[in-house]
Amino acid sequence: MTSKPRPFVSWLPFYTLLQKEIRRFLRVASQTLITPVITASLYLFIFGATLGERINVVEGFTYAQFVIPGLILMGIINNSFSNVASSLFMSRYLGNIVDLMVTPITPSQFILAYTLAAMIRGLAVGLIVWLISTLFAPLPWAHPFAALLMAALASFLFAQFGIIAAIYANNFDALAMYTNFIILPLIYLGGVFYPISILPPVWAGLSHLNPLFYLIDGFRHALLGTGDLPFLLSFFVGSGLATILFLWAALLIGKSYRLRN
Amino acid sequence: MTMSALSIENLSKCYDGKPAVNDISFTIEPGEIFGLLGPNGAGKSTTINMIGGVTRIDTGRITVFGHDNRRDYRTTRRMVGVMHQEIVIDNFFTIDQALKFHAGYYGFPDDPTWRAMLIERLGLGDHLHKVMIKLSGGMKRRFMIAKALIHKPQLLILDEPTAGVDVELRLTLWDFVREINRQGTTILLTTHYLEEAEQMCGRVAIMNHGDIIALEETAALLQRLGTQRVIARLTTPLAQLPEALLPYQAVLSMEGTQIDLVLSPEQTSGELLRTLCQLGLELADLETRRANLEEVFLQITQQADTATGRRAS
Repeated sequence: MTSKPRPFVSWLPFYTLLQKEIRRFLRVASQTLITPVITASLYLFIFGATLGERINVVEGFTYAQFVIPGLILMGIINNSFSNVASSLFMSRYLGNIVDLMVTPITPSQFILAYTLAAMIRGLAVGLIVWLISTLFAPLPWAHPFAALLMAALASFLFAQFGIIAAIYANNFDALAMYTNFIILPLIYLGGVFYPISILPPVWAGLSHLNPLFYLIDGFRHALLGTGDLPFLLSFFVGSGLATILFLWAALLIGKSYRLRN
Repeated sequence: MTMSALSIENLSKCYDGKPAVNDISFTIEPGEIFGLLGPNGAGKSTTINMIGGVTRIDTGRITVFGHDNRRDYRTTRRMVGVMHQEIVIDNFFTIDQALKFHAGYYGFPDDPTWRAMLIERLGLGDHLHKVMIKLSGGMKRRFMIAKALIHKPQLLILDEPTAGVDVELRLTLWDFVREINRQGTTILLTTHYLEEAEQMCGRVAIMNHGDIIALEETAALLQRLGTQRVIARLTTPLAQLPEALLPYQAVLSMEGTQIDLVLSPEQTSGELLRTLCQLGLELADLETRRANLEEVFLQITQQADTATGRRAS
């Protein structure tokens, strides 16, 4: 028995969509790159140059050194999410998603292009925040490969969350709710500004239910060489959640849920 | 055996249990300009969206040049260019950038010669580096045609391409569509301007409430169903309409000096002339006008609505 030859798959649609998504955020760089960097710089100034000198939460490190990894990851997470969420939602909202629906782009190319563009923006913001942070405090970069891995994992995870949010959101308010009621509280309660170990036991226990805690602690652990949790636990929890969200996003895009009627 | 450019077999689509397209079948041969006509809500756009892949098929099958548009979607979508009825643009980019992106989405490397030809023929040259949001409605329509053609499709689908555009663009557009068609592209179009369909399309299908209620060559349809209006102007006014003219749906007007008559396809003008002579009516003038596609369209859809007990939307 001879099997039917598989149709030729061109990767040009993927490269094109990726290029378009990158150009989209570069075109409005004042919103997509400069604003998040200014926000992070203000945090750095407040906690690094002013209050930070009066706070000492982790033995052997200044407060600025403690808070910088969290601020970098916050920039990565917020921007990876926003990039794909706003772009895909706008395409759905304005109707120009049909321009992609009539093309031979495959669901995997679709997810990959949106994800990679989101990761590039998120990691670019993270990189700039880190560069600015060197003015306030140097980081030891204890495990650089692990730090890059956690940064990539966090941006991948939130790109998937952005796809899911963009598909389910019915309007701009609903999309903003994902940021205001899910991402922001999880970030602020996830140990960006304080180590979980200083919390009362009940709150420390609850913090372990927050997936952002694992990502932030894992990233900080890789950069400073110390954290609240073993690095591998943070990595595997982050990877597990990223896998679940990826499968969820893949299911939605594979079925063209809310993209085709 | 030649392969159809488009073959639709028993295609159906329901929205919330209500049929939008109801078990329709038709084929379009390579090189044809085929018109899909019908009132609003007839199911034309749903059919087009199912061909293009924007709308899922409930039941039935669509093949494009022999390829199933679900199983071989990568192949069929490269063969089809769709200009949607709604203006669909990405406001972030210029015409030039967007056209390059669209070629890439279809897996075709940018062809500057072809792109330049589309830009020139559609009069987009002066607006090439403007972002979409700054374009006029007409320019957006022109861009959408260029976008549908950028990957050199073998089957071009135009869904109401002239809705809300000025006369100049309509003429430019139809000239261009004819030219593309002469070069070998098969065209499927929907339009509310039925005189355009009459001039452009070799064959037409008329849809109503999701069904195809007529499908044949445009000329044959007009011949078969086309009535003819006759206006007879008299030298002497008539006080009363002669009974012999009642089979012609005659109406007396202009204070008895004009009779408006309708010739059904079974009635001939010679027969009418003999009747007028037999009645001894002195004619000052006789004007005849063959029914156009619009009248045939109304006639067919109203008959279909009457038969099914529905009113046209």
